[in-house]
Amino acid sequence: MATPSRKPPHVVLPGPVQWLHENLFSSWGNGALTILAALVIWWTVVPLFQWAIVDAAWTGTDREACLPHEHGACWPFITERFGQILYGFYDMAERWRVDIAFVMLAAGLVWLTVPGLPAKRPVGALMLLAYPVVAFVLLVGGFGLEPVPTERWGGLLMTLVVAIAGIVASLPLGIVLALGRRSELPVVKTLSVVFIEFWRGVPLITVLFMAANMLPLFLPDGLSVNKLLSALIAVALFSSAYMAEVVRGGLQAIPKGQYEAAQAMGLGYWQAMAFVILPQALRLSLPNIVGNFIGLLKDTSLVSIIGFFDLLGIVQSGTANADWSTPNTAYTGYAFAGALFWVMCFGMSRYAKHLEGVLKAGERR
Amino acid sequence: MAVSSGIPWWRTRRMRDVLFQTALLAGVVLLIAAMANNAVETMQRQKIASGFAFLDHTAGFDIVQTLVTYNETSTYGRVLLIGVLNTLLVAAIGIVITTVIGFAIGIGQLSKNWLIARLCRVYVETLRNVPLLLQIFFWYFAVLRALPGPRESWGAFDAVFLNNRGLYLPGPEAQAGFGVVVAVFVAGAIAAVVVAIRARAIREATGRTLPVGAIATALIIVPTLVVSAIAGFPLHFSMPALSGFNFAGGIVVLPEFMALVVALSTYTASYIAEAVRAGVEGVAKGQTEAASALGLSRGQMLRLVVVPQAMRQIIPPLTSQYLNLTKNSSLAVAIAYPDLVSVFAGTSLSQTGQAVEIIAITMVVYLTLSLTTSVVMNWYNARIALTER
Amino acid sequence: MSGAQNAVDIIGLNKWFKAFHVLKDINLSVARGERLVICGPSGSGKSTLIRCINGLEPHQEGKIVVEGAALTEEVGQVEAVRANVGMVFQQFNLFPHLTALENCTLAPMWVKKMPKAAAEKLAMQYLDRVHIPDQANKYPGQLSGGQQQRVAIARALTMEPRIMLFDEPTSALDPEMIKEVLETMVELAETGMTMLCVTHEMGFARTVANRVVFMDHGEIVEIAPPQEFFSNPKSERTKEFLSQIIR
Repeated sequence: MATPSRKPPHVVLPGPVQWLHENLFSSWGNGALTILAALVIWWTVVPLFQWAIVDAAWTGTDREACLPHEHGACWPFITERFGQILYGFYDMAERWRVDIAFVMLAAGLVWLTVPGLPAKRPVGALMLLAYPVVAFVLLVGGFGLEPVPTERWGGLLMTLVVAIAGIVASLPLGIVLALGRRSELPVVKTLSVVFIEFWRGVPLITVLFMAANMLPLFLPDGLSVNKLLSALIAVALFSSAYMAEVVRGGLQAIPKGQYEAAQAMGLGYWQAMAFVILPQALRLSLPNIVGNFIGLLKDTSLVSIIGFFDLLGIVQSGTANADWSTPNTAYTGYAFAGALFWVMCFGMSRYAKHLEGVLKAGERR
Repeated sequence: MAVSSGIPWWRTRRMRDVLFQTALLAGVVLLIAAMANNAVETMQRQKIASGFAFLDHTAGFDIVQTLVTYNETSTYGRVLLIGVLNTLLVAAIGIVITTVIGFAIGIGQLSKNWLIARLCRVYVETLRNVPLLLQIFFWYFAVLRALPGPRESWGAFDAVFLNNRGLYLPGPEAQAGFGVVVAVFVAGAIAAVVVAIRARAIREATGRTLPVGAIATALIIVPTLVVSAIAGFPLHFSMPALSGFNFAGGIVVLPEFMALVVALSTYTASYIAEAVRAGVEGVAKGQTEAASALGLSRGQMLRLVVVPQAMRQIIPPLTSQYLNLTKNSSLAVAIAYPDLVSVFAGTSLSQTGQAVEIIAITMVVYLTLSLTTSVVMNWYNARIALTER
Repeated sequence: MSGAQNAVDIIGLNKWFKAFHVLKDINLSVARGERLVICGPSGSGKSTLIRCINGLEPHQEGKIVVEGAALTEEVGQVEAVRANVGMVFQQFNLFPHLTALENCTLAPMWVKKMPKAAAEKLAMQYLDRVHIPDQANKYPGQLSGGQQQRVAIARALTMEPRIMLFDEPTSALDPEMIKEVLETMVELAETGMTMLCVTHEMGFARTVANRVVFMDHGEIVEIAPPQEFFSNPKSERTKEFLSQIIR
């Protein structure tokens, strides 16, 4: 006869005082640390709150609104120039096209990331293959749409264009390089290794300088290169080396038996890669691919150094404007840009964590 | 595989691989040749000079921080050297600071104190998700340039001053006899190392522990002090003193340098913190349990069991972060700190127009640093890899 | 003439792994419909031998002929041989991102260019044959070890090979699942399939094998029908091996 279970003896539930004692003041050393931490919070959070909210200017159309608030943020700078911050110098009449491209991107991402929605694979394929073409036409022009030269692109639009183009282009190239690095053919392996280690060994700013200064030299006479395109190519090549390492990590995690089983059934190299190995490897690498994208998004801010008006660049140019010249304009601009980047990057890193959790759960057999 | 008769030589797998690789190599070579050809033609057409002779030409521009002598007659070659040295200086100091901060925050994340753990977590999540360039701007514009002018400097002990022109510190000036003091110091250090090795052998043989720390301190400090006194303390300091609108004397640490180092250190520290946390958490719980069961104290457990295993996990990402810091130092160009990219690929390039040579040299420098670090890292990894069956 | 053709002919096979002589002068012929069990101590080269037959391992000297087609260096030759030879692995090696059914239909669709409906019908037949048609739409992670190995057998069978190779198919299974897999293999033997099986399961050898091959240190030491092999082994090494494994 099995022994019946019974309830445990009287258990002390941690009340708030108990919790405080255990976690914050369990010893003199701990108590001192807690006080130190509290002070740090006090010294950073309170002045920040003061500057951003309490002492800030909220409405107005130029510097006059902000001058009286000399110890607070100049939020009208952001609200009045919001259009520029989002679109750069894109023709105002054509901004709806950018909006459509944004909305399609958001819809696609939501569909792919929210669990439970069906048909993820076709949507994913559509986003990777069809969306870039559609977005290109929408942004650049043609097919009855007014052409908008890339010199006018800027702000968040440019940041996202560079980052997304970079990641989309670097994925196929990265896969090829990763496979090449693992190849047994010496020429293929050496070329892949040299390519990867070169781009990983130099800073991005030198790559951008190279694109800006050297690329025009390498092209045959008469062929001129769009400045944005050359930056995009540089970013894509740079990013593909990092992507290659991420994919290589995924490939290394696949047991050799998978490849052998595919071989044993008569599948050729590319068939085995396409149907058996790569689907598994890419799935495993997905959190790190998202990590790569976060890095790329932050790295796009470097194009402001070579004269592009991305999110950071447009904020910088705005602070130079005489209409808005106040002591706090620059701080407000940078704070807003920083916050915007933080929201995007933090959101994606949370998603990457979630992906890692899903993958770990799937691995439990 | 066995060579059989009856198959035409071009249909074997080996031949297919060889042909493919030859075609690939030919394609790559052709592409490079075409690009090089275009470049040469365009440069000739645009009358851009080529070759490395420019390294002997006079540069003629001013550089605010030089670790070696530099004046109006210095060559571009010298500019290159100064750029490299400045980059290495930023990297070296940055690496030291970021390691300290990174380990502190990393271990802080694991603290039992809820507030400290949360605070460290916030640190990591905030700094990792904002572009480094923006953080450099923050430290440079929002913090250092917002400091008061020289006349209202923040001062300490009348020897250290901080204002918007920089950090002013006493400047060491070696007098006669300083070399001897240094030699004594070094000898003391070597003696201390010898003692430490001997002490370990003694402990393994007899179980007795010598107070190595105390002995080492005595060996290093006492002789050095004695010799210094005899030589009349041959290290003088020139003090910074306000004269007119600025400070004279002492040494100055530029705000550009400080902003760059602080931004790089704090940013990279957030990644190092993650690596440290992952390394420590990666040591299986069974390890600490087994160590406790054997009777090791918490300190011994950490030192002998947890940390050696955690370091195995931490070292590879740690070195790659050091490398990232070195490469990221190139952002100096955004705030005009004279590192390699700033003075060479920036100013020198715009003055001479020789983009190909200058950017090639710059990239070679960074590649050398990266590849050397990779090679050392691989060697170290192979050495400490847990020997498995 | 193809009527008397052997399923597998191995002539003078020698294989080195770096400097180590792994297979020494192997000569073996397997008739159509014959069931061969290969046994031996670990490191004897038995797995290596059957992996040479479908080209998973290369060989340096000797000739291997499978259903009349020699394994050569020619482009595309190995893949043609593999389409005719099925293999079941010790670690199952099912593709975790595909369902059981998809695991089975992958090769027929892409190597034999079968249309999807026909491939699925064929796959269901074989999943039925291994007694798990109801698991067709499950993922390998949702199946037990025994079920996974049976799916692996069905996957190999869906290519309708002439020869089946088994590389220690039950060694990675929990004891309670070995029986179901062995039963499946016995049923398969009864259909007349040519089978080469590396295994430690001597009961299976006694029931099913036409001949038992004993290998040691890279060479074939003894080949005999199971009756003779177990009751009257000729070589000393065989006797030693049998005394160790027969409890």
